[in-house]
Amino acid sequence: MISQIFILSSKGDHLIYKDCILTAGFLCDLMSGLHFIHARQGGLYWVASTKTNPSPFTIIEFLNRLAALTKDYCGSLSEKSVRMNFALIYELLDEMVDFGYIQTTSTDILKNFIQTEAVSSKPFSLFDLSNVGLFGAETQQSKVAPSVAASRPIMSSRGEQGGKNEIFVDVIERLSVVIGSKGVLMKADIHGEIKIKCFLPSCSEMRIGLNEELSIGKSQLKGYSSAVRVDECRFHQAVKLDEFDTFRILKVCPSQGEQTVMQYQLCDELPCAPPFQLFPSVEKDYVNRSVNLSMVLIFLKLRCDLPPKSTALNVSITVPVPKGSTSMSQELSSPDQTAELQPKNKALLWEIPRFPGGAQLSALFKVDVPGLSSASLLEVGPVSMSFELPKQTCTGLQIRFLRLSPTQTGLSQRWVRYVTHSDSYTIRI
Amino acid sequence: MPYFGSEETVKELKRALSNPNVQADRLRYKNYITKVIRYMTQGLDVSALFMDMVKASAKVDIVQKKLVYLYMCTYASDKPDLALLAINTFRKDCADPNPMVRGLALRNMCNFRMPGMTEYIEQPIVAGLRDKASYVRRVAVLGCAKMHSLQPNTEIDGIIVNELYALLRDPDPVVVVNCLRALEEILKDEGGVVINKPIAHHLLNRMKDLDSWAQSEVLTFLLRYHPRSDDELFDVLSLLHAFLQSAHAHVAVATLRLFLHLASAHPAVQADALLCTSAPLLATCGAASRELRFTGLCHVQQVMRSQPGLFGTHYKCFFCGYSEPTYIKFRKMEILVELVNDENVALVLEELRSYCTDVSPELAQAAIAAIGRIARTYSEKCLDILTGLLALKQDHITSAVIQTFRDLVWFCPQSTAAVCQTVEACVDSPQDSEGKQTLLWLLGEHGEQISSAPYVMEGYIDGLKTELSSAVKMELLTTAVKTFLCRPAETQDMLGRLLHYCIEEESDVCVRDRALLYYRLLQRGVEETRKVVTGPKSDPSMSVLTGRQEEPISQWASTFNTLGLLSGRDLCLQTAVISAADQPSNSTGKELLPDVTLSSPNDTEEEISLSLGPPLSHETFEKMWLDLEILHRQTLGSPRPRTAPDTLQAALQLVKIQTLAFTPGDTVLWKAYIYTRSTGTLILAELLQGDPQAPGSDESLVVSVKQQPVNQHAIRGFASILKSVLQTLNVDSS
Repeated sequence: MISQIFILSSKGDHLIYKDCILTAGFLCDLMSGLHFIHARQGGLYWVASTKTNPSPFTIIEFLNRLAALTKDYCGSLSEKSVRMNFALIYELLDEMVDFGYIQTTSTDILKNFIQTEAVSSKPFSLFDLSNVGLFGAETQQSKVAPSVAASRPIMSSRGEQGGKNEIFVDVIERLSVVIGSKGVLMKADIHGEIKIKCFLPSCSEMRIGLNEELSIGKSQLKGYSSAVRVDECRFHQAVKLDEFDTFRILKVCPSQGEQTVMQYQLCDELPCAPPFQLFPSVEKDYVNRSVNLSMVLIFLKLRCDLPPKSTALNVSITVPVPKGSTSMSQELSSPDQTAELQPKNKALLWEIPRFPGGAQLSALFKVDVPGLSSASLLEVGPVSMSFELPKQTCTGLQIRFLRLSPTQTGLSQRWVRYVTHSDSYTIRI
Repeated sequence: MPYFGSEETVKELKRALSNPNVQADRLRYKNYITKVIRYMTQGLDVSALFMDMVKASAKVDIVQKKLVYLYMCTYASDKPDLALLAINTFRKDCADPNPMVRGLALRNMCNFRMPGMTEYIEQPIVAGLRDKASYVRRVAVLGCAKMHSLQPNTEIDGIIVNELYALLRDPDPVVVVNCLRALEEILKDEGGVVINKPIAHHLLNRMKDLDSWAQSEVLTFLLRYHPRSDDELFDVLSLLHAFLQSAHAHVAVATLRLFLHLASAHPAVQADALLCTSAPLLATCGAASRELRFTGLCHVQQVMRSQPGLFGTHYKCFFCGYSEPTYIKFRKMEILVELVNDENVALVLEELRSYCTDVSPELAQAAIAAIGRIARTYSEKCLDILTGLLALKQDHITSAVIQTFRDLVWFCPQSTAAVCQTVEACVDSPQDSEGKQTLLWLLGEHGEQISSAPYVMEGYIDGLKTELSSAVKMELLTTAVKTFLCRPAETQDMLGRLLHYCIEEESDVCVRDRALLYYRLLQRGVEETRKVVTGPKSDPSMSVLTGRQEEPISQWASTFNTLGLLSGRDLCLQTAVISAADQPSNSTGKELLPDVTLSSPNDTEEEISLSLGPPLSHETFEKMWLDLEILHRQTLGSPRPRTAPDTLQAALQLVKIQTLAFTPGDTVLWKAYIYTRSTGTLILAELLQGDPQAPGSDESLVVSVKQQPVNQHAIRGFASILKSVLQTLNVDSS
């Protein structure tokens, strides 16, 4: 049973505070056995306090769900959007929790009760107009939804984007990889999920077709076909699976807002080559032996093993450097890349905004380290990378088709998006 | 605290709200009300506007109503007179044709915290229980609980309780679960809602209709139900089996807890359930939400206490991601250490090795300690890594490695030779006091194997004046004496200097005393000193080959899926004690301690074990003593021991009984108050001798025991322990 719910800003100000059991008085005495549980989402702290000994899973999942619902209703999660929409959030909380007990968190039920309109905090931006071509003609670009298209409130029926019947199906994979010092793949896990974000006011059944050759579990033999395989998958309660076994079709009636339809994972195996290979070389170099001025030369050659048509975005590479590094000079291959030394984290950060598939980039870093010993070279590494691979799934999972049932009018727009994030991508040197 | 609040702001709002022009313009009026709520959230006291807000509640606009209700609930307890004015509006709304308005009004009316509220809300609640809209029924059911919490000490209304039990059959699933919750609150003093066979079976059949939150809550309620026969048990379990694989982690884990509890007599079923849930549990360990990941890891760790092999093949899931926060990395390393076996040891060590150079010194030290733990089984590989780390010459790493060596030598004597070689070769000495102490201990204990030991020690003795930590000085004294015993020729001179300095010039009393002690000891002769100073060089109780014992599942099943698991062991106990101090009633502990009541039947055969737990203050003890009833009174058959009070206190402490207070000196009427804890209960006791009112107390001690919550088995154990302690003391003193 929850006693209080807070939403705090990153600095700790209360944005929202609800006393569920009306204990009168703000923070109860800490000694009276009150426990605080918090989850961090969107840069905000979502906190619940309780006097009982409840299931931590329940409370944390509830807080995450609360954050997700707030995002659905307000469009985006930020201190500003929560401040602007506090009346709406109070209304949500009022329906979700009564007397400290969770009543419902389903958008279908909640939408009947929520009356407040969301205030959108989006500033006017010229980029929004990029879809409109010369003289208002539709351009090729309008075939692609802008990346912010899905971050808008689900209820703004009278807003500027009014009545746009859209449905987004996102396949998101998180990749965690460890590559050993000789380029051997040591660990590769993929956690994936299919998310639906639905803006249709009412939606009847939708059919999502996955790859027909998708196989689940380790036991099934691959044969000669290039089957797509996952170890295990779990589905949302509302998903009907009667056609899944034979045709790999998911049937679902999406409710408004965001929901995860399917989660899957693949452990210890990567169906394709790992997206990046690194060829490092680390050397010690004395500039002037007499004053003990020494430096470490780090030469990194990075190859992107994606198919040539696709690109990786926001690639950043962190290389730990020996303690006591004072300054760095670098030679990068193109001007849009940046590199800096972060003495606080004793690491150097190399950033590449765009990395086309099949390309190979190299960089040379000269790090000045006074009093370098040969053991200090052990401190260089392991290299960690973070990146985003749009329009790409590592498992190869694809959505073949997305069909709304025939009763639906043809006005609705359907979008399918794929993205792979790096959860943790480590390369040992 | 108000951020930019002032009385001006409130006055201005008041003026605006009472302005008829504003009231006429719906939008502007609503804007001002929104402003009031915004200030309220920021902590500004806007209670002065109550009257104006009551007026605003009479409007038709639902959004505005909701905001005003929120305001009123917050301030009603401060302004009870004015809040009564709002009641009429509420009662009118409770009869509104729109169910949403009815539910809203009823819910908010029940939220008012005022003394005389019950008489106004009782009738609408009873009407609400029979409303045709499920939304109103949900609110009304919880309203019953709220009404009860307004007047906690009144008689339980039997009619309402019966009505709530009847509503368990309601078609709306939320109403059903709310009924359980409300009954639990109302019947708290009687042990909560009763789950009998028809109710349990009804709930089991409704499980599919419930949403995930309700499912996990019902599963927790079902922990109370004990199927009569094995057939029924297996029917229940097969009904619930699908939920073990639920997509919601909290449902899967709640189901697992129920399985572990129900099938406590069928280990095979328990193992099967654990196997089924291992996949969802592992998935939470890789969840996007860090908090969920941490919770998952804690539970994995707990399951591994009984089934260490369950996650063995998935050890790679517990490799740390570089962006993970340290609290997750620490847990993962602990798990990795447990999962090491012949096949994966090389990979795990390579992984741990890469954490040793992390930016965060805490993480690096934890990683080194983890390698040290693995070294107890795979010493050779680990020693190579640890020795390599010494070459990095970083203070925190060197210190951690040396500390790891100390533990290794202690637990795993066969690695001594290798460790001594490394220490000998290690040029760089640790800078922090913990590291210095450890290095000195190693030198003293294994001085004969480290040829440079006296010279390293001499460096410390020369730098004694600048040494700040007295712990290091004491360790240095011990080391010097031990080294002297095995290598007298090299050490005699420096030992003399050290003792001289410590006795003559040292200002710290402890160090001086220690030096004097060694000095006198050495005067008695070398053999005498050797006997006193040298001890075992490795842990005598430890045999390397036996791994960690697998614990029975029942050991931890009671804390599984509770907050206590995350925040330390004695959480339940603490809450119980505190709530007992808050509320005088006797059975409040029950609701907080479902685990204890469940596990009590099992431990009747076992030896009772007492523990001290967190200390009780005098005030808390006194309050609890006055509130509780005497449960047990017994003559102990021996008089009070004629020993010094300290001896008595120390003797009781040995058996984990804490003395709170006793009568000083040899007065005729002698009293002592003591307390202890045992398997979830707190035992308070009074020892009495020479009281003319108590029969039999002139010859022997009489003990009176009070307990919270009641557990007769623990009392009997406590009495027998106490008795034997006093007898022993009496024998000693006579």
